[in-house]
Amino acid sequence: MSAGVYSCYARRYARLVTMPTTAHTLTDVAASESTLRRFLHGLPGVDAVGLEARAASLGTRSIKTTAKAYAIDLAISMVDLTTLEGADTPGKVRALGAKAVRPDPTDRTAPATAAVCVYPDMVATAKEAVAGSSVKVASVATAFPAGRAALSVKLADVRDAVAAGADEIDMVIDRGAFLAGNYMKVYDEIVAVKEACGASARLKVIFETGELSTYDNIRRASWLGMIAGADFIKTSTGKVAVNATPANTLLMLEAVRDFRAQTGVQVGVKPAGGIRTTKDAVKFLVLVNETAGEDWLDNHWFRFGASSLLNDLLMQRQKLATGRYSGPDYVTVD
Amino acid sequence: MSDRLSVFKTYKLYVGGKFPRSESGRVYEVTDSKGKWLANAPLSSRKDARDAVVAARKAFGGWSGATAYNRGQILYRIAEMLEGRRAQFVHEVADAEGLSKSKATEQVDAAIDRWVWYAGWTDKIAQVVGGGNPVAGPYFNLSSPEPTGVVTVLAPQKSSFLGLVSVLAPVIATGNTAIVIASEKSPLPALSLGEVLATSDLPGGVVNVLSGRTAEIATPLAAHQDVNAIDLAGAGTDDGLAKELEIAAADNLKRVLRPQPVDDWSATPGIDRMTAFLETKTVWHPTGSLGASGSGY
Amino acid sequence: MTMEKQTPVFEYAPAPESRSVVDIAPSYGLFIDGEFTEAADGKVFKTVSPSTEEVLSEIAQAGTEDVDRAVRAARKAFEKWSALPGSERAKYLFRIARIIQERSRELAVLETLDNGKPIKETRDADLPLVAAHFFYYAGWADKLDHAGFGANPRPLGVAGQVIPWNFPLLMLAWKIAPALATGNTVVLKPAETTPLSALFFADICRQAGLPKGVVNILPGYGATGAALVEHPDVNKVAFTGSTAVGKAIARQVAGTRKKVTLELGGKGANIVFDDAPIDQAVEGIVSGIFFNQGQVCCAGSRLLVQESIQDELLDSLKRRLSTLRLGDPLDKNTDIGAINSAEQLSRITTLVEAGEAEGAERWSAACELPSSGYWFAPTLFTNVTQAHTIARDEIFGPVLSVLTFRTPDEAVAKANNSQYGLSAGIWSEKGSRILAVANKLRAGVVWSNTFNKFDPTSPFGGYKESGFGREGGRHGLEAYLDV
Repeated sequence: MSAGVYSCYARRYARLVTMPTTAHTLTDVAASESTLRRFLHGLPGVDAVGLEARAASLGTRSIKTTAKAYAIDLAISMVDLTTLEGADTPGKVRALGAKAVRPDPTDRTAPATAAVCVYPDMVATAKEAVAGSSVKVASVATAFPAGRAALSVKLADVRDAVAAGADEIDMVIDRGAFLAGNYMKVYDEIVAVKEACGASARLKVIFETGELSTYDNIRRASWLGMIAGADFIKTSTGKVAVNATPANTLLMLEAVRDFRAQTGVQVGVKPAGGIRTTKDAVKFLVLVNETAGEDWLDNHWFRFGASSLLNDLLMQRQKLATGRYSGPDYVTVD
Repeated sequence: MSDRLSVFKTYKLYVGGKFPRSESGRVYEVTDSKGKWLANAPLSSRKDARDAVVAARKAFGGWSGATAYNRGQILYRIAEMLEGRRAQFVHEVADAEGLSKSKATEQVDAAIDRWVWYAGWTDKIAQVVGGGNPVAGPYFNLSSPEPTGVVTVLAPQKSSFLGLVSVLAPVIATGNTAIVIASEKSPLPALSLGEVLATSDLPGGVVNVLSGRTAEIATPLAAHQDVNAIDLAGAGTDDGLAKELEIAAADNLKRVLRPQPVDDWSATPGIDRMTAFLETKTVWHPTGSLGASGSGY
Repeated sequence: MTMEKQTPVFEYAPAPESRSVVDIAPSYGLFIDGEFTEAADGKVFKTVSPSTEEVLSEIAQAGTEDVDRAVRAARKAFEKWSALPGSERAKYLFRIARIIQERSRELAVLETLDNGKPIKETRDADLPLVAAHFFYYAGWADKLDHAGFGANPRPLGVAGQVIPWNFPLLMLAWKIAPALATGNTVVLKPAETTPLSALFFADICRQAGLPKGVVNILPGYGATGAALVEHPDVNKVAFTGSTAVGKAIARQVAGTRKKVTLELGGKGANIVFDDAPIDQAVEGIVSGIFFNQGQVCCAGSRLLVQESIQDELLDSLKRRLSTLRLGDPLDKNTDIGAINSAEQLSRITTLVEAGEAEGAERWSAACELPSSGYWFAPTLFTNVTQAHTIARDEIFGPVLSVLTFRTPDEAVAKANNSQYGLSAGIWSEKGSRILAVANKLRAGVVWSNTFNKFDPTSPFGGYKESGFGREGGRHGLEAYLDV
């Protein structure tokens, strides 16, 4: 009876679409404050209702059985397991590192997470904890989360983290400068931080989308970040009221898709904050799959900034393996 | 009786703001209710009807796009002009319908007042029949009436002036343009009305007046693909003409207002004759939200 | 190091909605005077599932004699029904609305089986709108004095209603809800390819305790509909379907006192300006023409794109089309279901061939079609001009014709250059341009920066040959009142 689903996927079509101009043409847009402003304000507008409706519609995809198993493992492998508390201690960070390396002590087939994410002073400890594994150490820097410090202080913060062995730097942009229309200042800071990251560390640029407030701003920030050299664009710090949402992540996925079509350069996306359940995570993966495409379905290009999400993914994983619902006592507390 | 020989009036059609004779060159004799010759009226042809459609279509954009206030001003101006030529119309109506002077005066006065009534409607009908719709979603949604387009009006056969004004005024008040087929037997008040309209700031082509055989003129107009609607008031309720015209009108799905028996045209009209030739347009637009704070933006 | 790509793509496993929630009987009768009954001449026809060609059930086919029985039943019921206090009629309609909500999953699966449209649509669009429509008009039943049609407006009598197959239950709701709220009784003919949901609705009427004869359902073909329209004791005719049949009905009722509303074809222009919110425009174009496989009278079947952004927009559109998932309509992830019938499929195919023959450029994403059932891949045509058949004729299928324009004036002129006037779309971030263009479009529904949105409070209906009268909202009452 079932006719089966014949996806019209010509996934590789994305590559036929727009031949990259050169990355160089986009660096020209940052030649001056006015060229940058003109470029950012010339980007297509975003209709909020339409964007949210599309995100919600993709959220109704039903991901079952083998697809779900695949999605759960992929999601685990994309988690930046995070602790960003004033109360963080070496013990807490070591526990986190161990969990990142081996999320499910009872099941060695569970993949490791992508990274642990800590404050700069915990980088060395984290590095030690994940040594010998595939797990990266990411560090928030640049006066996280508010970003309200002198550039020299922010750069010192970054250099410290890199020197301690951070593989990835999660910086925050100067939202005040952005909202004041001082795009060049934001751009220059990202360029400077990128330089401080050197060749070894990948740079994630956090916009704090909840503070940028409008979708038009989020689109502009995405392009600003990518032009300035971001390796990843990231929604939020997890420290404000509105963090990652399907809609703002969809918008950023459109931005990286279009940026690659235009420049040939691929940039990653990291939604952070507020993603707590497997159901949510799978919805985000559907967004990735159907917006940016399969090239982003990889922890080199997509991450979840999360902490409690991992345990829910693990419980769901156990449920799929055993057929019964798991409980919090069967996964580890952080 | 004065010795002076009076000057007869040559009655002409009113099409596209001009006063042509019928292109056919034909006329027919118009008599009063007792059969006394009054004048020769143009006997319009199919081609006259076609020209009238072209004129009405050409005028539609400007007239429907005029502000409702402007249309109201012009309709009121028509009343003003008529008031000044009241005596002429009383005379013509009395002749045409065989009425006493006082009865004819009542008819003309009511017709003038009818223009005033509709002059006031132009900028109110949209508020009465349109409005916002509270849809279950983040959308602005507004329904507004718009004129249907070019409307053929078969003026009532008996009430040569008040009946005529009662069916014509509602059509143009809302922004339609009209082709009026005057009462076959009593076309003179309608043809004279054309002269009033021409001096009332009404753009040429908004109203076009044809005289002649109702069935002969109405048949091509009912079938005309560039006519959007037809008011069959003058088609009569008994014979098969109304039905034939309604069938022809189906070719491009004209809006059809069927003939209804009207005993007294002086009764206060409702809004039905306006809504019969109005479309409803509903426009949607997302409302969105002010910003990215709060739940789900 | 990146994760090893042993599983190269994120393929969604089949996620079929359970068919067991609906119990389809092997045969159904006509619903007349509260009872299911066989046709007087015993005729039956089969209804099939368009996605598999499986026979779903055998349906009694109403003939002239049955039409007469049904109209008589409706006439008899009219006396009491129209005399009921509005508040009582309202309660019946509220009951119906609630029962539809309760049974919405069952009805969604049924509709998907009989029509071929994706369960995602019947579940998230058709059924919620059906229930909402009954709720909306239920509330009007005791407020008619305040609806702007004068005090105590009277119902017309017996309404003969003929509905299409593209939204079977929703079109039923659009017809029956306002008719009953205003005190009319109805005889409704569902389309021959989709009779099932109307027959299930008959059962809902029984569950709601609706008095006998108030609603009568007569499955059948065009001849049944014609007999219903023709019946001398029908006071009101409401039809949704093709313009050709609409014209035939307009001729049929000429010279009678029957009140008529017609909701007919369209060739909606979806106008995209260079300052459009482009990603949302792409979604709007897709939903405009591929929602319900394009078998929608108000579909945005003509894309008018500003020439300066044509390439960019078409690239995005083609990429988006490549992600559409076509297949089993019961699968929750299916975006594109089956075409409703072999007949409709052949009509689409013929017009698409005409498009190619006239030199338009055809494009479809690589797409495997199931071997049984009626299917057509989402298709777009570029290099289309106003002169092409596919820019003028309603295709009623998943086929988009792309035309270009240079200025707003030209966009409006091209959009209006059609015998139809049902729907239009405008995409722009400039408010004044949207309002100016919306004002000039000769169409009954204008969606700006959105498309294919429906709501019971929002009047729907066309200009020109798209028909006359409005369904939905306060406006929708007028069609069923003697005003």
